[in-house]
Amino acid sequence: MFKIVRKKQLNDQVVLFEIEAPFIAKKAQAGQFIIFRLDEHGERVPLTISDFDREKGTITIVFQTVGASTIALGRLDEGDCISDVAGPLGVATEYDSNIKRVAVIGGGVGCAIAYPQAKKLSSMGVQVDLIAGFRSKDIVILEDEMRAVSKDLYVCTDDGSYGTKGFVTDKLKELIESGIKYDEVVAIGPVIMMKFVSKLTEPYGIKTIVSLNPIMIDGTGMCGGCRVTVDGKIRYACVDGPDFDGHKVDFDELMKRNNAYKTIETEHLCRLTGGKRNG
Amino acid sequence: MADMTLTKTPIAEQPPEERICNFKEVSLGYTAEEAMKEAGRCLNCKNKPCTTGCPVNVRIPEFIAKVAAGEFEEAYDIIKSTNALPAVCGRVCPQENQCEGKCVRGIKGEPVGIGRLERFCADYMMNKTRQAVKPTPNGHKVAVVGAGPSSLTVAGDLAKLGYEVTVYEAFHTAGGVLMYGIPEFRLPKEIVRKEIKSLEDMGVKIMTNMVIGKVLSVDELIEMGNEAVFIGTGAGLPRFMGIEGESLIGVYSANEYLTRINLMKAYKDGYQTPILSSHSVAVVGGGNVAMDSARCAKRMGAEKVYIIYRRSMDELPARKEEVHHAVEEGIEFMVLNNPVKIYGDENDRVKSIELLSMKLGEPDESGRRSPVAVEGSEHTLDIDTVIMALGTSPNPLIKSTTPGLETNKRGCLIVDEANATTKQGVYAGGDAVTGAATVILAMGAGKKAAAEIDKYIKNRSAEQNL
Repeated sequence: MFKIVRKKQLNDQVVLFEIEAPFIAKKAQAGQFIIFRLDEHGERVPLTISDFDREKGTITIVFQTVGASTIALGRLDEGDCISDVAGPLGVATEYDSNIKRVAVIGGGVGCAIAYPQAKKLSSMGVQVDLIAGFRSKDIVILEDEMRAVSKDLYVCTDDGSYGTKGFVTDKLKELIESGIKYDEVVAIGPVIMMKFVSKLTEPYGIKTIVSLNPIMIDGTGMCGGCRVTVDGKIRYACVDGPDFDGHKVDFDELMKRNNAYKTIETEHLCRLTGGKRNG
Repeated sequence: MADMTLTKTPIAEQPPEERICNFKEVSLGYTAEEAMKEAGRCLNCKNKPCTTGCPVNVRIPEFIAKVAAGEFEEAYDIIKSTNALPAVCGRVCPQENQCEGKCVRGIKGEPVGIGRLERFCADYMMNKTRQAVKPTPNGHKVAVVGAGPSSLTVAGDLAKLGYEVTVYEAFHTAGGVLMYGIPEFRLPKEIVRKEIKSLEDMGVKIMTNMVIGKVLSVDELIEMGNEAVFIGTGAGLPRFMGIEGESLIGVYSANEYLTRINLMKAYKDGYQTPILSSHSVAVVGGGNVAMDSARCAKRMGAEKVYIIYRRSMDELPARKEEVHHAVEEGIEFMVLNNPVKIYGDENDRVKSIELLSMKLGEPDESGRRSPVAVEGSEHTLDIDTVIMALGTSPNPLIKSTTPGLETNKRGCLIVDEANATTKQGVYAGGDAVTGAATVILAMGAGKKAAAEIDKYIKNRSAEQNL
């Protein structure tokens, strides 16, 4: 059992948990993820590790309550336990020691995962420009934390209610066009955002790393459910990723595969409110 | 005088039309009378050919004689003395290629139903509570990575000798393929849990959610005071064919499909793991995993389920009984067919599969006649789900995080005849070494490795005491 020692509601739909997981905390690195199973009836769901405290023996996860499992997870409180947490899974992000300046881009809840990347890069002495995109002001998360690990933080909102109006890609383009030389771009957020960031950086020849979160079950290289096409070949996000070269990922296929259970998910949601169960 | 009936004593089974609507066990097992009658068919041969066919050397004629005499508990003890998981083996071993394949009674008529008798003894004892005997600790520690059949055998054998054994399992539940792969209707999970419980009662410690290679390395396990480490991490990434359309929605690996159903209980009310509903399913492959997938798909409500296999019925590698049960359940065998392309609809859900007819040519290196494509024989089959049951390559996690551990070009761990890997004190067995094989072969490897680990540790401590 894994105890929740801190809970913070970051916005209406995004929750932060700090969880006691001493073994995982000891090894966790930026870019890695865990798989949780809420209880005996739960599914196995991957979540990227947002932060860790090796001394305290805790890890932090930040998640959006969008599906049945994350909604149920979000209902837990401090002191409650999660039945199973396995990790740290996946390959940790590796950066070239020669890089000088990187643009880290987070979209929505993806900012919680972009944050540890920015933190790691600044600790390496890299200059980090952080671009954080949200739909609107009321869902902005982790602003102070992100500011602390970046040289410049640019918040963009789709509706202009906070920061700059527009998409993260608009801001990134503006920065690149202004003559800034980025050694790398790291993009973490909705698949569609990662796709367009990668499309934008490709003609400039800027190496772009994306963190993929396909549907997974075991997360240890057994089921093959998380396969993605990268450079025309099957790769497994759980053991080969979750980071991949954004210029080589087939994002359209990933988007379709991520929607495979959408209708079933809807039925699950209905069930939570007393509706009929699927299957 | 032995009972000279030529056929096995019939065993009660759920009728096919009934069982395709549930996940309950197909074979209902022998009653005590039936078991004694079947045991009476054993000739108690002097040279015991059956025993030579058993990877864990169960003393078969001895236990059968006890069954014939109605001494079931004694029969069980004989089996259990060499086999850590009798209730499992009685159900899933390919007996026709092992013990029963060597049975003299099989020359004229059917062999003795050794598997059925083994199962009977195990089930008979399943509900009897016996005080667990905790062996005297010998002061040595061993770590076992993975909790499938090979690992559980190692753990059981070493615990019996007094070792302090800790099993590290990546999943939330121990059992490996017995839990995630083999379906409930063939191997009830309650039985697996009981077998594991009996190991725990003996002092084996099981730690779940521990992905070795990530959360702890093999070297760290050694630093923690384990004098030897056994690696039984089993099957890894599934194989796909490399044909167009394998990323469509509705294309599953058998590992994923079976894990959703067996481990995550997608077939049961109240469990959250989703599974796509299917009307028409093509399972590609001809082994036990293919049969399990097909029969699960049928139970999940598919009207049509096809086995697509590139050789003929005679070459199907699955256990005979599974093929027989699959046929009874209405699975259609489209043998001598090989998929070339999968088509999707406007939502990217599988719509059909294009097949190429095959014919059998010259025998290949496996000794089986190799399939040769019939040119221009392309034809399509309307389906909405494809399950690829083509085998797996070993799990890459341990190899990639353990310096000194070597693998062959297929990614399988290299071991010597003592099941020792290229890293000192580290042993391995099961699918991690052989690639996809059977439960009993994994158990046989575990048995051998346990004996070798015992020898290794005792020699080492003898040397240190000099």
